[in-house]
Amino acid sequence: MKEIKTPSRLEKMLASGHLAVTSECGPPRGSDPEDITKKAELIRKHVDAINITDNQTSVTRLCSLASCIHLKMMGIEPTLQMVTRDRNRIALQSDILGAASFDIHNILCLSGDHQVFGDCPNAQNVFDIDSMQLIQLVRLMRDEGNFLGGDEIKRPPRMFVGAAANPFADPFEIRVPRLAKKVAAGVEFIQTQCIYNLDKFELWMKQLCDRGLHEKVYILAGVTPFKSAGMAKYMKNRVPGMDVPDDVVKRMAGVPKEKQPEEGINICVESIQRLKELKGVSGFHIMAIEWEEKVPEIVERGGLYPRPEIND
Amino acid sequence: MIVAEKKPIEEIIEGIKDYQKILIAGCNECVTVCEAGGKKEVGILASALRMYFMNQGKTVEIDEITLERQCDHEYLEEIRDSIDKYDAVVSLACGVGVQFMAEKYPRVPIYPGVNTRFMGVTEERGVWTERCQACGECILAKTASICPISRCAKRLLNGPCGGSTNGKCEINKDLDCAWQLIIDRLKALGKLEDYEKLIPIKDWSKDRAGGPRKVVREDVRQ
Repeated sequence: MKEIKTPSRLEKMLASGHLAVTSECGPPRGSDPEDITKKAELIRKHVDAINITDNQTSVTRLCSLASCIHLKMMGIEPTLQMVTRDRNRIALQSDILGAASFDIHNILCLSGDHQVFGDCPNAQNVFDIDSMQLIQLVRLMRDEGNFLGGDEIKRPPRMFVGAAANPFADPFEIRVPRLAKKVAAGVEFIQTQCIYNLDKFELWMKQLCDRGLHEKVYILAGVTPFKSAGMAKYMKNRVPGMDVPDDVVKRMAGVPKEKQPEEGINICVESIQRLKELKGVSGFHIMAIEWEEKVPEIVERGGLYPRPEIND
Repeated sequence: MIVAEKKPIEEIIEGIKDYQKILIAGCNECVTVCEAGGKKEVGILASALRMYFMNQGKTVEIDEITLERQCDHEYLEEIRDSIDKYDAVVSLACGVGVQFMAEKYPRVPIYPGVNTRFMGVTEERGVWTERCQACGECILAKTASICPISRCAKRLLNGPCGGSTNGKCEINKDLDCAWQLIIDRLKALGKLEDYEKLIPIKDWSKDRAGGPRKVVREDVRQ
């Protein structure tokens, strides 16, 4: 077992060598806490931690921090997603302390989608720091117990620090160097972009292992089941940085519409089964977009259930 | 140079429609090069306004002038003797020129005739693109002489983000991904390994964030 640095259960799960399972919930466009708690209730027994997205695709939603607190109150381990698009370094440090005050022990450091995709395309963006620098910032606060300005933090945050990686974005040749850069910044776990092109992902993982990065960072392979052939086409053509091979789209389109959701789940489960065996994969991040009720089935059929017991 | 675009004439008219004597003042520097506020554009705007007011049955006198620069005392002084004749000036200089003229002539309303867009280059005639945001502390030495602050939509100092596709930015397929350009150039320079050097958190106090900026050079000051 690797050295444990935080009270995060996700960290313990990974350090003990079990394949971890995480998932995520998008908060509502309103203030009803049940929109989060109901989704979380559906998946809590099947995952080790639940990410709460932070105004994903720049659409204004209930905030990630408050949603994480709702999970925490249910006894579920949250992962606070935090983007640098909307907050400067003062707000970021402040929100990190806010999360730490509720003993939120996982954070995912992101830059965030550009605001042009969301409901406020005329907004100013912040980007005072980038995702890499946010990783450094959280590590500074946790490990040195200091604010960026140098002052001491009383009761520093104890967060397991994560980030995203997209093995499929361009240019491919710097995808591994980019991960190395995040590792140098201090990242401890990675959740990847949704994987549909398994060959390319395996190539990325091989390059990563060749550099020994898999020994420095836990890689959680990102998977998202397609609900329909339309969704597969949309993800292929419209979502930046997404790599959906033609044969996957064909497979979805090749079954009758009413069977497509099942086929989407099948593809997702097959991906998990193949990637489970891959060197360097430490777990899975299942992003079932507005389809959380399918997470238990995916976890069970993927052979990842029951979740191992971890003592706090 | 500073790149500007002509304002819609309706907006200019809305500002000046109640005046009788108007000066259209161009600038012979950047706005001439980007064809938004030089002598030619002054002539075109003046003609269009004359025609508009004539059609409205209004007698409005419109004069034209193009100064060498509107960001220097010396050239703005050239209109000191004549400025009081006018009820208003439409300046086709960038926002800098409009303001400096207004500072100099406090009793005359000065209206902007262009929208000042950015500091950039002429890629080809009729196409101008941004290169610099005057952050006040140049990092080009670290980024293969390509600026991610002005050219990355998220001004990422350690990019590219996950949205870079086929060399283009996620927000617009016509826009180059700055980090793709940086990586291509690092490769051409044989310095791709430099990509892995982390660029630290930036000091934005020399940027707009630090408040209005001022440069004082005692060695050249008179």
